[in-house]
Amino acid sequence: MTTYDARFRIWRGDADGGGLRDFTVEVHDGEVVLDIVHRLQATEAPDLAVRWNCKAGKCGSCSAEVNGRPRLMCMTRMSVFDRAETVTITPLRAFPVVRDLVTDVSFNYRKAREVPAFVPPEGVGPGEYRMQQVDVDRSQEFRKCIECFLCQDTCHVVRDHEENKEAFAGPRFLMRVAELDMHPLDAAAASGLDRRRAAQEEHGLGYCNITKCCTEVCPEGIRITDNALIPLKERAADRKYDPLVWLGNRILRRRPDAP
Amino acid sequence: MAQVDRQQWDVVVVGAGGAGLRAAIEARERGARTAVVCKSLFGKAHTVMAEGGIAASMGNVNGHDNWQVHFRDTMRGGKFLGQWRMAELHAREAPDRVWELETWGALFDRTPDGRISQRNFGGHEYPRLAHVGDRTGLELIRTLQQKATALQQEDFAAYGDHEARLKVFQECTVTRVLKDGGRVAGAFCYERESGRFFVLEAPAVVLATGGIGKSFKTTSNSWEYTGDGHALALLAGAPLLNMEFVQFHPTGMVWPPSVKGILVTESVRGDGGVLRNSDGRRFMFDYVPDVFKDKYAQTEDEADRWYEDPDGNRRPPELLPRDEVARAINAEVKAGRGSPHGGVYLDVSTRMSPERVKRRLPSMYHQFKELADVDITAEPMEVGPTCHYVMGGVAVDSETAAAEGVPGLFAAGEVAGGMHGSNRLGGNSLSDLLVFGRRAGLHAAALAAAPGPRPRVSPEQVDAAAAEALAPFHAGEGAENPYTLHQELQNAMNDLVGIIRREDEMAEALRRLASLRERAARAGVEGHRQFNPGWHLALDLRNMLLVSECVARAALERTESRGGHTREDCPAMERAWRPVNLLCRPVEPPPADPAADRIRLERVRTEPIRPDLLALFEKEELVKYLAEEELPA
Amino acid sequence: MATGTRPPRPPSGVHGASRAAIGARHLRTDRWWLAPAGTAAGLLAFVAYSTWRAFANADYYAAPYVSPFYSPCLAENCQEMRGGPNLDLVGSWWGLSPALLILVFPLGFRLTCYYYRKAYYRSFWASPPACAVAEPHSRYTGETRFPLVLQNLHRYFFYAAVPVAAVLTYDTVLTFRDADYAWGHMGAGTLLFLLNAALIWAYTLSCHSCRHIMGGRLRHFSRHPVRYRLWGWVSRLNARHMQLAWASLVSVAACDLYVYLLATGAFTDPRIF
Repeated sequence: MTTYDARFRIWRGDADGGGLRDFTVEVHDGEVVLDIVHRLQATEAPDLAVRWNCKAGKCGSCSAEVNGRPRLMCMTRMSVFDRAETVTITPLRAFPVVRDLVTDVSFNYRKAREVPAFVPPEGVGPGEYRMQQVDVDRSQEFRKCIECFLCQDTCHVVRDHEENKEAFAGPRFLMRVAELDMHPLDAAAASGLDRRRAAQEEHGLGYCNITKCCTEVCPEGIRITDNALIPLKERAADRKYDPLVWLGNRILRRRPDAP
Repeated sequence: MAQVDRQQWDVVVVGAGGAGLRAAIEARERGARTAVVCKSLFGKAHTVMAEGGIAASMGNVNGHDNWQVHFRDTMRGGKFLGQWRMAELHAREAPDRVWELETWGALFDRTPDGRISQRNFGGHEYPRLAHVGDRTGLELIRTLQQKATALQQEDFAAYGDHEARLKVFQECTVTRVLKDGGRVAGAFCYERESGRFFVLEAPAVVLATGGIGKSFKTTSNSWEYTGDGHALALLAGAPLLNMEFVQFHPTGMVWPPSVKGILVTESVRGDGGVLRNSDGRRFMFDYVPDVFKDKYAQTEDEADRWYEDPDGNRRPPELLPRDEVARAINAEVKAGRGSPHGGVYLDVSTRMSPERVKRRLPSMYHQFKELADVDITAEPMEVGPTCHYVMGGVAVDSETAAAEGVPGLFAAGEVAGGMHGSNRLGGNSLSDLLVFGRRAGLHAAALAAAPGPRPRVSPEQVDAAAAEALAPFHAGEGAENPYTLHQELQNAMNDLVGIIRREDEMAEALRRLASLRERAARAGVEGHRQFNPGWHLALDLRNMLLVSECVARAALERTESRGGHTREDCPAMERAWRPVNLLCRPVEPPPADPAADRIRLERVRTEPIRPDLLALFEKEELVKYLAEEELPA
Repeated sequence: MATGTRPPRPPSGVHGASRAAIGARHLRTDRWWLAPAGTAAGLLAFVAYSTWRAFANADYYAAPYVSPFYSPCLAENCQEMRGGPNLDLVGSWWGLSPALLILVFPLGFRLTCYYYRKAYYRSFWASPPACAVAEPHSRYTGETRFPLVLQNLHRYFFYAAVPVAAVLTYDTVLTFRDADYAWGHMGAGTLLFLLNAALIWAYTLSCHSCRHIMGGRLRHFSRHPVRYRLWGWVSRLNARHMQLAWASLVSVAACDLYVYLLATGAFTDPRIF
């Protein structure tokens, strides 16, 4: 086992201010950034605030920015850095800071509440649900989401423009809309809820300019842009902009949700 | 008196994992105004770590399955120590609880005819685990979280306030259950972010705080698993049951050191992974105990055939219950046949194509690739036992989940004891959360709705709780570092009350615990109350020390080996111990000397197993387990 | 206000009052600027080249090859191409280069393409220049209002791009002639045109709109097995949409350049048979 001393700069402070502090910490073989933060807590900085839970990339708690990139600290191995390099760790920069590496992520919980839930189909009781694997594959990909909110953090729509937080749900929750719209048994339409219209008019789908940073930072490798956001944009375009769909619906007098 | 914000609720649920959320949903749907308090962010609970699936005898893959078979497997897995009525309720109700999740939007993997797919797992006779790849726990927690959010949306529509009838206090910790006389009156909490104290007054409190794994060094558990609920129950006067039974999951990662203990799901073996030692020998064939001899394959050929033809062949010994596999791995490593980093090899690459591995076990593939630089589609994993689950817990009423002796206190999920006996089967914990989470919520709501005056929280109790919580800031000279104390506790428990136990070691553990208690009384912290992890740990230490004392004391008392309790000095399972439960009760009043014992043990005889349930087993099997006087005539 | 001075805007975005106080607009240590700079250079080179060639109105036909920039040729002022894509829909009033008439469609298709949008939003508009690098704009409304809301018309351009791709395929078939229009021959240009036609089709069919139309809009794949299979194929192509976008951009310019060089007599087409 090899050991070396690595240099770190970690942001410390709270809503009233703060800055990057220098630390030199011992690093062992196979360690991740979160191990280093824990070592600091146990030695130099017992009150260094950080969120973490599973330490296995499954809960999405230890989100931070490492060398300026949004990452999970538990899944960032120290071996990806040069030993001479100073590793900078800051809290997520799209959300209000609470203390040290902890930010106030309530924006995300607020947005989660704005997406209407799954609507169970009428007349299908528990145990009677029948769905084919090919029909649930797409939504299952989105349900891999561990809600680390790295996509929400990196999305420039809200990261660089606080005022857009009101109108824009962010990639995670637009993906949630896509997940429900692709759910084979969601009965939103029958209950009078048009998820595509809502995506555009209530969750700010139009703000997304598909620059794909959400996909780039997703630790679960979910193809958020290609598989959720763009299909949702296309679905929204269906009901508003597509001439053939419009014509087809006119001629065949189809309900818009028929397929 | 301290200025502390007080709020009135009907039901307070402590913990927002599977059991806590299921309880909260039930209580809220029954009309109770419900508050949920959780240490982490909403949706991050340890339940997300569950990988394999939810055990429920829906019979979608093998039509022979039914609740009786599930009940039998559960009792066998727990070496007949399980509370039979809980096991029965669990087996009967689990399918409904799973189906209900679908109506809330859960998307399980499917069978070709469109039903919920079910997979094989250790100790389950038929494919029984409803699953989503290897991230079932995430699906469960997200579904419950989204259901809770849906209820909040309903409340918003009705009252203009999302939190009118169901509120989640995230990143808050309960340090005391408050009482009015003998009854529960509420909970004393602090908010991690601000360090602010508040009191939730309620006639019913549901504990759903999970387990105790953070008292051990090598564990698959997250930082939250500090035994809070166990300790809260004890401090409120409720006893804990069978705390000596701690499950060591046979397959945790062993390398690199920083991820030691992280779980490797049992589905790896259910889907065809085999265990080998450094000689390349598939050693599990050497470790099939007598009670299981006729149910497991004797040769590699037969074991291999089982994956294709489960009805015509016996299952491979890799799928023995967890305690057996963990002990076997431990024995191989001790005998010098371990892998370089002190584990054994678990290989899926020989039986499954790389594509199949990636599809069936995506997060395992990811986990090893990212954390250990191991490509499991091409190389074997190195695995070893890791502290995973505590079978013991708050002694509860089987039907209502009410804690013994403290009206208004309920417990569900891992924090409750009894259901799993001496060893839990994989997949039974998620179904346990749902079945008994719902029951706890149901009965808590009913209790809260009962007419009569509400219990009152006295200012003295609130002041005492506040003073206790602030103590670490006043440690002064000679303050102890909570992180150091925690590490020493973990080492003591891991080395002395770990997977294999000896009388002298456990006695030593109790001595060390006494000294740690003394030092923990002086645990001190720097900084202020805002999001101060050192302070949080100092407060959690009290709980870990209490619970560790229970484990060590009960383990010392039980002079036999059974399930998650293995005594090197008492290696046999004793039938006479079968009907004996060990209750840990708090020493009342609490002694002033921190080194003094906090826990006293009490032996209680279990209620006889109902005859119709006993009739589900062959007589030949029962004689292996039951004490002479328990056997049916 | 008379003076015309405006109070400085309060700091926003990553420098907003509630965010962690960090002076730098980003802390990335990698060469994050490389990708947008490369993209900008590539796109600018193509724009410069194609503008020159589109307005040139010359040297776009060298039998049997027609530049893809001028095909189909929709005005009366087009050069006569025997058996070629002369399609006089516009008539004689059009005096400018006929390339402008047809290039609108592939240009519109690519401008509204989900990949190119990402490429130019990042590289030209710096919105954002790279992930977690603050953008310079003080306001942002994305594609919610005019003119960017028109990006939703991608579907129309996709419908238009299909016949264009068909015409380019037809042009490729015509390259199996020699300079005297005799069939059964092949030159080095034929190979280039074949490659270009393949890339154009692959790019067009890998489009996100195409993926949606093929099957993405369905809720139940299991009830439409044929469309599910089509969707699967398109999805696999779609995963390479970026690579195809660049490859087809280069190949179409290369075809045009090839024709230009032949037409100006810079070299003669090496014949294979």
